[in-house]
Amino acid sequence: MPHTVTEKILAHAAGLPSVTPGDLINARVDNVIGHDITTAAFRVLEKWGIDRVFDPEKVLFTVDHFVPSPTQDAAAQLKDLGNYIERYGIKHYFAPGHGGICHAIFPEAGLIRPGTVVVGSDSHTCTYGALGAFSSGMGATDVAAAMALGEVWLKVPATIRFDITGRLGPWSTGKDLILYVIGQIGVDGALYKAMEFTGEAVRALPMDDRFTICNMAIEAGAKNGIIEFDETTRGYVEGRVKEDYLVFHSDPDAEYETTYRWDASAIVPMVAQPHSPANVAPAADVKGVRVHQVVIGSCTNGRISDLRAAASLLKGKKVAKGTRLLVIPATQQVYLEAMREGLLEIFIEAGGMVTPPTCGPCFGGHMGLLADGETAISTTNRNFPSRMGHKGSRVYLASPYTAAASAVAGEIVDPREVK
Amino acid sequence: MAGRVWKFGDDVDTDQIIPGRYLADWNKHPEKLGQYCFADVRPEFAQNVKPGDIIVAGRNFGCGSSRESAPTAIKMAGVQLVIADTFARIFFRNCINIGLLVLESPEAARAVQEGDELELDPVGKIRNLTQGTEYPCKPVPPFLQEILDAGGLKPYVQKRLAARD
Repeated sequence: MPHTVTEKILAHAAGLPSVTPGDLINARVDNVIGHDITTAAFRVLEKWGIDRVFDPEKVLFTVDHFVPSPTQDAAAQLKDLGNYIERYGIKHYFAPGHGGICHAIFPEAGLIRPGTVVVGSDSHTCTYGALGAFSSGMGATDVAAAMALGEVWLKVPATIRFDITGRLGPWSTGKDLILYVIGQIGVDGALYKAMEFTGEAVRALPMDDRFTICNMAIEAGAKNGIIEFDETTRGYVEGRVKEDYLVFHSDPDAEYETTYRWDASAIVPMVAQPHSPANVAPAADVKGVRVHQVVIGSCTNGRISDLRAAASLLKGKKVAKGTRLLVIPATQQVYLEAMREGLLEIFIEAGGMVTPPTCGPCFGGHMGLLADGETAISTTNRNFPSRMGHKGSRVYLASPYTAAASAVAGEIVDPREVK
Repeated sequence: MAGRVWKFGDDVDTDQIIPGRYLADWNKHPEKLGQYCFADVRPEFAQNVKPGDIIVAGRNFGCGSSRESAPTAIKMAGVQLVIADTFARIFFRNCINIGLLVLESPEAARAVQEGDELELDPVGKIRNLTQGTEYPCKPVPPFLQEILDAGGLKPYVQKRLAARD
């Protein structure tokens, strides 16, 4: 019987010849990932009296949400996390200054392998589908169980296929593509499902855009997002991933719950308007919305090509008066590359602030919150009510091109107008 | 036990349930979370919610972040049961794991009004004492019922660990 790539990975991880959507399985996990707020999972293990993890090499931790520690509670959490890391012998721990945002640093460090199952206590764990892995976010207790057992129970999801034909225009990115998709199907349009992205437009995209696409699968309610392994994936993992990995492909006659086929020419620079990632419109349609803050960064769009895209529109320009620009490289390595390439200079000369890797403003934690009545355009992934600060603030989601162009204009613009 | 209803709409996300700024070290004192539940979008909730109250919501309740602090905040606020048309998947798993009762009932999600008194009868029907009506709800899948009956995920994990030794 033919199967999708998601079904094949899950069958392999469950040690079964095949699985069908709806099957309940116990799947071996290759990695369990977490960050500072996942300190909660160690507290669960402690409460359960479990003093070891299934494989100290395979439990990956970083510090990205409350970093640098903005409050005493955050500092206490970071201290406790360090103690748990030592006590449980966790081998890959990226302390502040040594790593960055989870969904950027773990692939960058070559720790995520194609063809495997990855779970983590962060909803954007679905990002690793860009590597041809099955990955899904869970809560602290599920993740504690996965850390103890090296397996998780899962219901095999049905797959929805998104076949994007043609080629994206030069100012359209993976972010515009995923915003377009979520705008079409809604925030629960893929609830409990696998989202498989395919077609010429997806195949032509570099890895950074693919991470962005899979990152936001959760914003449509999906269990995982996935892009099949190809030469682009191989180019990324070679020299990075030290261990063997497996490559799975969907069978040509695999059964999909639904197939959406859209042409890339419809995917112009997009924004998601307040207060939903599905409230999507072409940037040109909301032209003129005044922005007080622009955020370029996050697990969605804080990689080097995102910073290059932003810099290409900010070079020699100034951020508009009354608008703040925050640029947040997703990892220390991205930060270094941006420095060496002269991108940081461009941001600073434009009047932008460059911060260390952090999730701070994205989730309304710290490092750039919004006041009542303020509006931001951000390359992050969520624009729920009060997500970036005061309940009277508003967030538009967009690509690095659209965000950077809007920073210069002081209002939302289509980047094609200002290039 | 009958409970009074707090009615919510569609796509209530976990940032609305518990804003991110309260999450530094939340798990050390989870009991503190109840006072911040729906702090931004419905500040009167935490002040007026009573033990045994019930949340009834529309589609996709609990969408967004994987934060287990969201169902924990609801539970710590004293809510005994959340009924929705549909739930976001991570939120649903989290509820089972922390022992917050969740039921899917599109009928209840449609008909129940703010302030109604509801009761869950032993055969799994939701009775509306205010309107004098009742609604069916989808049964909890047997595998999840086992986890609930065992008292959460801990016994499940211990059983599977023991089976290996």
